[in-house]
Amino acid sequence: MSPELPKFEIKPLGEDCAIIDLGNEIDEAINDRAIAIAQAIEESPFEGFIECAPAYSSVAVYYDPCRLGGFGFSAVRSQIDIVVRSSSVFEPGEGRHHTIPVLFGNEHGPDLEEAAERNGLDTKEFIDTFVSTTYRVYILGFLPGFPYMGKVDDQIATPRRGNPRTRVAAGSVGIAGSQTGIYPFDSPGGWQIIGRTSYKVFDVSSKDPSRFKPGDTVRFSPDDLM
Amino acid sequence: MALTILKPGILDTVQDLGRTGFRQFGVNPGGAADASAVRVLNTLLGNDEGDAVVEMHFPSAEIVFGEETTFAVGGADAEISLDGESFPLWASVRARSGAVLKIGKRLAGSRIYLAVKGGIDVDEWLGSRSTNTFARAGGFEGRALKTGDRLAIGKSDLNNRSPLGAKAGPGLIAGCSPRGTIRITIGPEYHQLTARAVRDLSKGTFAATMDSNRMGLRLEGPRLTRLTETELVSSAVSPGTIQLLPDGSPVILLADCQTTGGYPRIAQVASRDLSAVAQTSPGEKLRFRIIDLQEALDLHRRFEKDLSFLRMGIRFRALFGS
Repeated sequence: MSPELPKFEIKPLGEDCAIIDLGNEIDEAINDRAIAIAQAIEESPFEGFIECAPAYSSVAVYYDPCRLGGFGFSAVRSQIDIVVRSSSVFEPGEGRHHTIPVLFGNEHGPDLEEAAERNGLDTKEFIDTFVSTTYRVYILGFLPGFPYMGKVDDQIATPRRGNPRTRVAAGSVGIAGSQTGIYPFDSPGGWQIIGRTSYKVFDVSSKDPSRFKPGDTVRFSPDDLM
Repeated sequence: MALTILKPGILDTVQDLGRTGFRQFGVNPGGAADASAVRVLNTLLGNDEGDAVVEMHFPSAEIVFGEETTFAVGGADAEISLDGESFPLWASVRARSGAVLKIGKRLAGSRIYLAVKGGIDVDEWLGSRSTNTFARAGGFEGRALKTGDRLAIGKSDLNNRSPLGAKAGPGLIAGCSPRGTIRITIGPEYHQLTARAVRDLSKGTFAATMDSNRMGLRLEGPRLTRLTETELVSSAVSPGTIQLLPDGSPVILLADCQTTGGYPRIAQVASRDLSAVAQTSPGEKLRFRIIDLQEALDLHRRFEKDLSFLRMGIRFRALFGS
């Protein structure tokens, strides 16, 4: 057993889900570990396993408790405990890199000016800062295929809107605190919308519909005139 | 060869037991809010438990059968009629071609299901026929049903001696009804609650609010507070998760909830009682009782056992006549 094994806890979320908690933190190494553990469990599923999903610093493992010979959570815990304890040697698969063209400002990014002003920048400085970072996709959630990406430079981090919009257009690129994300569909939403992309985030006609996977990297580029 | 919507209800969608394997991409399982009701109804008809059904709220749709159809209605309790004549809930019934199904006044519960022998035949999306209104995919064109929509009925693989008149036992039905006390197990962030909040969670009375929907049942009652102000990094949530919102009110997540959330998960509804939560209407009151994981598992297993007895009974009738 590795002496430098980071701390973790396995907790139940009801009688049919176990949460592997790796620490309440947004951190690339921890997220890598969550992704690797999820992959390892999927590659050698235990009896009764249904699916698992990595989050920022945790993994949810869903199972059918009627297929565990009477022990339920404790049986699952011992199975996944072994996986987590050997996870320091796992390497998550290499993420894909995406370059995403964005039309910034105006009708495409109705919150750009205000977000820039709030941070004491002009819109050009704001955009330059935004596109100079390579972002990491930590998790997919909120809507099918919605990538939660980070980390946005402190100079342009902007809190969510006080009054969420009832409709944010599909392809909208938003900022919420130090996170950035892309809306896959028209939906209500409270993120600060700074631009829009034609990049298809989620393709409902595909068997593998999500363009992003946790661990992918993303770079935005200004598409055209502002 | 189909069902046709004569008049749509407030929210009628095609649902089944939801999709698995795509939570990692942010796609929730979805499916019927009261999955137990769907499993019982499909079992009564000799269908696969996961065959697609029509989920309706109140007011509900008016539907005409385009062919002779064996069907069953259950979930909420309501005044229901076929060609103007009332018929029993939770029982397999035959409709002649052209018969009109009306679901009238709600008596108890908030969601009612129409299951047909052979199941509703729509294309699967990511392994399920349930409607995902966010992605506008699955179910019938990824949306709620409208006047004139025609839903095809699947071929039934059971022999033609359909189990007409088969009924679900009172135990199974009672489990799919609203109940005053919801059994819960403690959640990952339960220990962040103050002593007073811990007491209020098990002793207090909560009422469902008007802004409840398929994503969650919003509750008002004693304001629950945490010992810490620490923000949580988003982690998994699932139907039955009780999240504590920043204003101190709890929400019980339902079938259309997100896959992850950043609010404290103070408890999880025992899956046996998720049906009762899904059948709770705005204004109705409920209380919580904390049970341990073993009891939640025992309840879960008992339901599976009751359902398998029903399934065996139905097969027996189908094979040897009733």
